[in-house]
Amino acid sequence: MVRRHASLTVKSMLEVTGLHAGYDSLDVLHGVDLAVDEGQVVALLGSNGAGKSTLNNTLSGIIRPRLGSIRFSGKDIVGTSPEYIVASGLIHVPEGRRIFPNMSVLENLEMGGYRRGRKCRARNMARVTEVFPRLAERFSQLGGTLSGGEQQMLAIGRGMMSEPRLLILDEPSLGLSPLLVEEMFTLIGQLNEQGLSVLLVEQNVFQSLAIADRAYVLENVSVTLQGASADLLDDAQLRRSYLGM
Amino acid sequence: MDILGFQIPTYGWQTVTGSAISGVFLGSIYALVALGLTLIYGVLHIINFAHGSLLMLSMYAVFFLWAGLGIDPYLAMLLVVPGGYLFGYVLQRSVIGQVSHGRDEIILLVTLGVAIVIENAALFFFSADERSVQVPYDLDGLDLGVTFVVYPELVALAGSLLITLGLWLFMTRTDTGKAIRAVAKEREGARLVGINVEHIFAVSFGIGTACVAAAASLLAPTYAVHPQFGYLFVLIAFTVVVLGGMGSFVGALAGGFVIGITEQLGRLYLGESLGLITISVIFILILLFRPTGLFGQTPH
Ligand SMILES: Nc1ncnc2c1ncn2[C@@H]1O[C@H](COP(=O)(O)OP(=O)(O)O)[C@@H](O)[C@H]1O
Ligand SMILES: [Mg+2]
Repeated sequence: MVRRHASLTVKSMLEVTGLHAGYDSLDVLHGVDLAVDEGQVVALLGSNGAGKSTLNNTLSGIIRPRLGSIRFSGKDIVGTSPEYIVASGLIHVPEGRRIFPNMSVLENLEMGGYRRGRKCRARNMARVTEVFPRLAERFSQLGGTLSGGEQQMLAIGRGMMSEPRLLILDEPSLGLSPLLVEEMFTLIGQLNEQGLSVLLVEQNVFQSLAIADRAYVLENVSVTLQGASADLLDDAQLRRSYLGM
Repeated sequence: MDILGFQIPTYGWQTVTGSAISGVFLGSIYALVALGLTLIYGVLHIINFAHGSLLMLSMYAVFFLWAGLGIDPYLAMLLVVPGGYLFGYVLQRSVIGQVSHGRDEIILLVTLGVAIVIENAALFFFSADERSVQVPYDLDGLDLGVTFVVYPELVALAGSLLITLGLWLFMTRTDTGKAIRAVAKEREGARLVGINVEHIFAVSFGIGTACVAAAASLLAPTYAVHPQFGYLFVLIAFTVVVLGGMGSFVGALAGGFVIGITEQLGRLYLGESLGLITISVIFILILLFRPTGLFGQTPH
């Protein structure tokens, strides 16, 4: 069964309740509830302009919410700074990658570990280059000269440099070739197996639901549908209204 | 020579070379002032209109340290450079940043306001009189054969080159320097890796001000200060920044030398008052033919 507007019961790593956010006079989120448990992959679906990126920006402290609470690891992070949120292990890999085009791949990764000490940096660098050997081959190349797929790897690698406990990935497969999209989803599965929790925003609904434990559909300013991925795949409303079938 | 009824004098090559060499020394100071301007532009994406008044204020600081405490103007660098950094940092963090709410077009106007306030305060407290530091070595120097260069010119060149090198190392080797470069090109990405963007803005403003403070130390033995002192230098520094390419370090250095040499040759051939026109001509030519400057990137 798919629960609609269900209240949260379990203690989660990330717990969002009654979140309202937007830009100036534009209301984008109007009472969003969402939770990610430790070790889960949670998919956040919704059509273009539904407010997924706005939600992510609110979680990472780029936008201040108007109302509602965001608890990460039991602490309310509303009103804290993006630096504090990064330091506490919530890392947002944004839509459009936002890597540093004028800096080398190595420097991009170093900046990913800006909030971590030198010792952590070496350890994380080793881990990132193990996951993305291609980045190690291009250490001295400028970020802006990488291909789209490599830039996405760099964005995720940069995020991993700050030892995330929860990684928010906003449309990581955007603009990638079908083959690379496949690779991207495999990678997300791997990172999750290594213990990383992931909030995944995607347009590729089926592939997302295939690797996600749970999913939310954001629509008309609030969550209209949520549940276990398997249930959502069977849900008639989702098929009709969102998948167009 | 006679062009359109205007007498252009002819000189021997020694005179011309000598003039060009003094242009190199002058240009190194322009480069230093331009370096601060270009750094602030690169990070905050604004022309800092207060840059000239900060140069003037630094000149007064050097003057009063000398007049009051007998501190040599070069030695004063050890005080005015950190002082300039702190002043710039606090000015950006608690005045310019606060008032402008991060909106670039307001920052621009606020720096203009700050410039007006500083200049009027200088006029009120220091009067419109010219003041100059007297050093015993200002006329000593080296004979290069074609020309005689005084020590203050040599120190200015060496100081500017060392500071440029130091700043380049800082920007490429340290975390803070890299964070400045990150913020310059990708503010949101910078926030998302945990860089405090407001702090970096203030650091950049601080370094930009430290550059003019260093320039003030190097200028003090040869230039007298008055409340309008900053105008000309910053106008020229702005030309240097546009010539070199907005935001480019190498451009600021190269542009400084080009403008310095052009100005000195202009003075030689057109006379003291008309000489500066050559700079305006260069400025217009760049805008017409290469608006991105020598080392500038085309905006995307
Ligand atoms: N910086 C912004 N300023 C004003 N409105 C914005 C801004 N970013 C997004 N919006 C608006 O907010 C709504 C939600 O956008 P967004 O969160 O990007 O949706 P999604 O990521 O789901 O495609 C859209 O109507 C969009 O036009
Ligand atoms: Mg989006």
